[in-house]
Amino acid sequence: MTNFTLTRRGAIAGLGAALATPAIPSAFAQGAPIKVGVLHSLSGTMAISETALRDTVLMMVEDQNRKGGLLGRRLQAVVVDPASNWPLFAEKARELLQVAKVDVTFGCWTSVSRKSVLPVFEELKGLLFYPVQYEGEEESPNIFYTGAAPNQQAIPAVDYLLGPDGGNAKRIALLGTDYVYPRTTNRILRNYLLSKGFTADDIMEEYTPFGHSDWQGIVSQVKRFASAGKKTAIVSTINGDANVPFYRELGNQGIKAEDIPCVAFSVGEEELAGIDTKPLVGHLAAWNYFMSVKSQVNDQFLAMWRAYIKNPRRVTNDPMEATYTGFKMWAQAVTAAGSAKVSDVIPKVIGQKVATPSGYIEEMLPNHHLSKPVMIGEIQANGQFNIVFKTPNAVPAENWSPYIPENASRRR
Amino acid sequence: MKRLIFGFALALLLAAGSAAPARAQDAFTAALPGLAGGFGQIAEAVEKLGTSADPRALPLLQALQEGRLLKREDGTLLIQTDAGTTEALTGRAAEPGDAEAVRVNNRVRGALRGALGSLQILSTNPEERLKAAEDVFRSRSAQNIAPLEAALARETVPAIRTQLELSLAASRLASPDNAVRLQGINALAEVTDQNARALLLETKAQVPELARQIDAAVAKIEGRLKVRQMVETFFQGLSLGSVLLLAALGLAVTFGVMGVINMAHGEMVMLGAYATYMVQEALHGTFLEPAALPLAIPAAFLLAAAVGAVLERGLIRYLYGRPLETLLMTFGVGMILQQAVRLIFGAQNREVTSPAWMQGTLTLGGLSLTANRVWIIVFGLLVLGLVVAAIRYTRFGLEMRAVVQNRRIAATMGIRTGRVDALTFAFGSGIAGMAGVALSQIDNVSPNLGTGYIIDSFMVVVFGGVGSLAGTLVGALTLGVLNKVMEPYAGAVLAKVVVLVGIMLFIQRRPRGMFALKGRAAEA
Repeated sequence: MTNFTLTRRGAIAGLGAALATPAIPSAFAQGAPIKVGVLHSLSGTMAISETALRDTVLMMVEDQNRKGGLLGRRLQAVVVDPASNWPLFAEKARELLQVAKVDVTFGCWTSVSRKSVLPVFEELKGLLFYPVQYEGEEESPNIFYTGAAPNQQAIPAVDYLLGPDGGNAKRIALLGTDYVYPRTTNRILRNYLLSKGFTADDIMEEYTPFGHSDWQGIVSQVKRFASAGKKTAIVSTINGDANVPFYRELGNQGIKAEDIPCVAFSVGEEELAGIDTKPLVGHLAAWNYFMSVKSQVNDQFLAMWRAYIKNPRRVTNDPMEATYTGFKMWAQAVTAAGSAKVSDVIPKVIGQKVATPSGYIEEMLPNHHLSKPVMIGEIQANGQFNIVFKTPNAVPAENWSPYIPENASRRR
Repeated sequence: MKRLIFGFALALLLAAGSAAPARAQDAFTAALPGLAGGFGQIAEAVEKLGTSADPRALPLLQALQEGRLLKREDGTLLIQTDAGTTEALTGRAAEPGDAEAVRVNNRVRGALRGALGSLQILSTNPEERLKAAEDVFRSRSAQNIAPLEAALARETVPAIRTQLELSLAASRLASPDNAVRLQGINALAEVTDQNARALLLETKAQVPELARQIDAAVAKIEGRLKVRQMVETFFQGLSLGSVLLLAALGLAVTFGVMGVINMAHGEMVMLGAYATYMVQEALHGTFLEPAALPLAIPAAFLLAAAVGAVLERGLIRYLYGRPLETLLMTFGVGMILQQAVRLIFGAQNREVTSPAWMQGTLTLGGLSLTANRVWIIVFGLLVLGLVVAAIRYTRFGLEMRAVVQNRRIAATMGIRTGRVDALTFAFGSGIAGMAGVALSQIDNVSPNLGTGYIIDSFMVVVFGGVGSLAGTLVGALTLGVLNKVMEPYAGAVLAKVVVLVGIMLFIQRRPRGMFALKGRAAEA
């Protein structure tokens, strides 16, 4: 596509180009492009998960431009690489807002990166769409959370493990990477399990650094924990590429899903693409979307993704779907507001409804979170998930968990 | 007496066999519709089929396990084989049409294992029998006692006998008769197995009147398990130690012998891992594919050594005697190498597959050790041997030692010291490259692979004593074992912190490390 500028000559050239290619509506010639910031790690330990999200945003931008942009203006993506470096996220966010002057940003995966950019977005009155499930306990006027809150992922997943289909688990090992998301989620889960009659002895909690690769000790500890005569399950909040050696160790030590199922909150199709999944068959993941969902919107989403990435073997996953949903909601809100200004768009995002690839209609609630369906899938030998559980309706998000005592005063 | 039991068991089996048809017909037909239901119903049906002794049950369950059992919209079940599709109930040929595979979940898979175990316990294939004997442990049904006793009487392979005895004991625990249960408890008390402990504790919750006997049995098992756990922890420590050893050996040469503070050492390891990836991709689909990993070892050595030689000749030699500048410069080189790899291969991790002989566990006298870790320990020791041999017994090693001890005199003896420097640095880098081959098996092959090991490598070399290979070996293994012993108590993060603090205190007392060099070489 030609590079449009504000000069008259550029505008005329643009008009000419637009007329010459009828697929691109002529309305592009008016106004400066709407800038879409992309703040995802393209290198470092989180690149395994976040690179696909950048591609999703770029795909959505291209798609929107093909449909004529928004408000007659073209969309322009501005991509930066915060390199899995949490303080750098804040710097890059500042750069996006002050130098590139983006109208909206899609970005972040880990909660620590989101926590690092939150003050920047609030100070500079930016707008961030955050597409990943997280621990909750947050609500910012400048952020929309399109991933799951704990009641839309963690709690239903544990309920499944405690139920007959999940094997009536009586002991739970909580394994996580050492940062805010696993720590908070596990705190919620611990309180939840205690409220369900678990004793402290029946809960094991263990944390490892980012990129941890030596899992032998922890996996044998889990095996020992599991030999107390009660059905045991693992709840994993391990993030990033540490998952690869973790699952490899589970396979090597012969932990079968029928004996000790492991349900993960941050492992999707994209992460599994890097490992041999045969020893992992039956281990679980809880999300709000799986690539194997059968729905019309999902078929379109898959076709669009494969056409964009030009690789029929590439997979989709939940955070990509959340990015899609967030983008659609933002685009609808911009159209409704008749402006791309952050202050005009924010009130319009609330209440937007989108038919998502999950096969459900999701709505942005006043608490800046979505109503989402909950699904649990078992890993299959081909790296896809066999959906073994899903809620009949979309569940509204509770970002302030009732299982954290300090929230009692906040509950509405 | 033995013969009597055998005869009795055989008679029992025959009786069961002759009585089967009339009853089993019903059991099979009655259980079948359950397979078309929800996961819970499927699991129940599978359990019933497992005890039905009907000849049609085995192919049906195998089809279910392998995803060859199809379900039509109306609930008719079809079995798909290479020969064609048949109706499960009647055995008549049928068209699959739009029938979908019956899906299984963990619950069904568990039931399937148990059921298939009881059905295959008398298989003629010893491998199938062993697997069946293991799987029947899971079904824990009193109905399995008689068939297991019969199978045990016929079994001659010791490994299968052991497993059968274990499974028989497990089945006895499910008996309603406390005397039979007690038999099972006593048998399980003699086993060193976490599953046995789990099973006993489970029974204790169900049968409180046997709590005393079970506690005694569990105590016996735990005593032996404790010893085994100690051995296992030690092994894990050795394994971590051997990884540290591999990562540090190259540094022991470049830093220990030459005194170059090489911050790009981690990147040499990373290059070795990428060399492994490249070799694997190059040989993919050729007859050499199974040998990709061994072939990657020389490739990784050469690649890293070449980069090391260029680095030494191009940059480092101008900075000898200026440690601070060397440190900063090699730090920069490391970043350049990382970025270069990122540009060539992309920021995403690359997958290096493990050959079959490096997957799973090796059982050694009741101990199960993960295969890849065992191989890495072996490889680490081999590389150490190689380094020692190269330094002790080759001309290059002699020249290297001479240059380190006294550069000037070595030069007057006709040794080209510049060339020796380059070769030594290339050698050290090459060793780091070989470490990369091993790390590609246990860690993620990414551009930042090396950064995770650089600190550990320096720690090992300094702790062991700069310039001493024996120090590097002992240092690496000590740190590995300490880390793993501490991990269960302190957690992975804190264990590392504690080890670091320990090293700081140790270096305060002994700045030259465990194996301090004495004499003139120490001052050089």
